[in-house]
Amino acid sequence: MSVLFEARGLSRRFGRVQALDGADFDIDEGEVVALIGDNGAGKSTLVKALTGNLAVDSGELRFQGEPVSFATPQEASRLGIEVVHQDLALAPHLDSAQNMYLGREIMRPGLLGKLGFMDNTTMREATAKAFTELGSAVRSVVVPVGAMSGGQKQSVAIARAVAWANKVLFLDEPTAALGVVQTRNVLDSIKRVRDQGIAVVLISHSMPHVLEVADRVQVLRLGRRVATFEAEGTSVETLVGAMTGALELNQEGAA
Amino acid sequence: MSTATDDTRTEDRPSGTIETSAGHTSIVERVQAVQSAWILGVLVVIIAVFGLMAPSTFLTVGNATNIAQNVSIWAVLAVGVTFVIITSGIDLSIGSVLVVSSVVAAQVMERMGDQGWGTAAVGLVLSVLVGIFWGCFNGFMVAKANVPPLIVTLGTLSIALGIAQILTGGVDVRSAPTVLQDNIGYGRLAGIPVISIIALVIVVLGGILLHKTRFGRYTYAIGSNETSARRVGINVDRKLLQIYGFTGFLAGIAGLLSLAQYGTTTIAGQSLTNLNVIAAVVIGGTSIFGGTGTMFGSMVGLFIPAVLQAGFVIIGVSPYWQTVAVGSILIAAVYVDQHRRANEARGK
Ligand SMILES: Nc1ncnc2c1ncn2[C@@H]1O[C@H](COP(=O)(O)OP(=O)(O)OP(=O)(O)O)[C@@H](O)[C@H]1O
Ligand SMILES: [Mg+2]
Repeated sequence: MSVLFEARGLSRRFGRVQALDGADFDIDEGEVVALIGDNGAGKSTLVKALTGNLAVDSGELRFQGEPVSFATPQEASRLGIEVVHQDLALAPHLDSAQNMYLGREIMRPGLLGKLGFMDNTTMREATAKAFTELGSAVRSVVVPVGAMSGGQKQSVAIARAVAWANKVLFLDEPTAALGVVQTRNVLDSIKRVRDQGIAVVLISHSMPHVLEVADRVQVLRLGRRVATFEAEGTSVETLVGAMTGALELNQEGAA
Repeated sequence: MSTATDDTRTEDRPSGTIETSAGHTSIVERVQAVQSAWILGVLVVIIAVFGLMAPSTFLTVGNATNIAQNVSIWAVLAVGVTFVIITSGIDLSIGSVLVVSSVVAAQVMERMGDQGWGTAAVGLVLSVLVGIFWGCFNGFMVAKANVPPLIVTLGTLSIALGIAQILTGGVDVRSAPTVLQDNIGYGRLAGIPVISIIALVIVVLGGILLHKTRFGRYTYAIGSNETSARRVGINVDRKLLQIYGFTGFLAGIAGLLSLAQYGTTTIAGQSLTNLNVIAAVVIGGTSIFGGTGTMFGSMVGLFIPAVLQAGFVIIGVSPYWQTVAVGSILIAAVYVDQHRRANEARGK
């Protein structure tokens, strides 16, 4: 497998906080990489920097070997990179179909479409289909997202990202608000997305989940990657040790 | 309507189908319908009370026409203000923009001297251009310079009115082409004031734009969660510029309609227009926090003060009471809105 997307030496400072301190990252085609680290390690910041949501002070990105830089999330989207943010970034007053297609509305054919009229029926049906495929607990696509449970909101955000990602899907703590069944659905979805050949980056604090779905685990501490593990054969203790710094690693990629 | 029929992995999934029809209207729509319905109920009660008290004078075609005529100009302004408030913005400058648009148009039309349609057309174009200019200025400052809309439009309220006063020396231009006054100001079509027909057309088009088009959807999205709107690639700055520009455009149209209706500019007469229109929009269920609102609600909100005004005059109550009543209804309406939000936040 070849490296699909990689970052070298990303740094970003917020005032006195060095959120990213020369962080590296890489993911192969069709691979599931887990990104772990303690609270404040810089995981969300790294994801934002990788998806056009945050400018970095220094560092470089390469996509399929070519240097790239994303000034906006759309530039990343154009390469098939999608992200579910930790805060989900949904519009609470809009329903899930409206959120799903926000910024990518399907227009009516012909003149009506040119005048700005949307094809709501098609968008609603496609959204319902996406939810069915994800096993989402959302029961209606015409209920405003603000009135949904945390887990339902999360599945709307995931469905939206899955629908548009065709190269890399970033999921920032996608199971944080989910119950047992929904968590299982998300993990299954990750495997299904991977089976379609899409690389998935999963951020999670749940080590068993990480070890279940990930091919590799990259550990972030104080804004830098301190270790990379093959998931196979790695224990929860090792991961926790690397996260907290209790386990001294002589070189990145040890163990 | 149902889409889960080809479902092959049913074990770990809740049964049933996913609702895709708005036939079951969404909760927001339903609640909003309640909000509109509540305020529509208030309007109906007001009409019923006046109707019972003065059936022979209040429930007449003449009175209805009169009320329609009175709300027409505000209705045009309320269309733009509804868009602006849904984005969680505000526009205090509409009254001043109306004044300066009508002043520029009236001065040029007066100098042209002619009373025909050609002159009126020049006046319309000028009025609209002046309106668009101020609207775009507001939008630019809000979107690009990041000055809060309250401050920007408070500033332009003052500047635009000042410019109107400088242009005229503070004296109203007491002329408008007779074609405008005769055909639009006092004109009737099938008994309905032409000015009201024009306003109705604008309101319906504005409602379609808001509720049926992508432009309208982005308006809600910006007010609902600006960050997420930006993340999905909506050009929020440009949309805001367009929305404030559109509001200015409508204020320009209102400026010319006002000239047609009164035959004079109304430099000193628009100082409360902004507040009255904003009050109507908010009474109609548009939230000042953005994200929700309907064009229909704004129209209901407009008719309440107008009906009260007409009713008080007819039953011989001092019309000053109208101001008291409108203020009270405004506070009550926002109370209901807040209450509803609190319920929603609590997960209802
Ligand atoms: N916009 C910002 N402004 C200021 N500081 C920020 C900003 N974003 C992140 N930080 C800081 O950068 C550091 C890394 O934050 P980040 O959100 O990336 O952590 P995280 O690894 O995702 O943590 P968690 O597991 O809690 O989600 C934190 O100290 C945080 O306070
Ligand atoms: Mg985070």
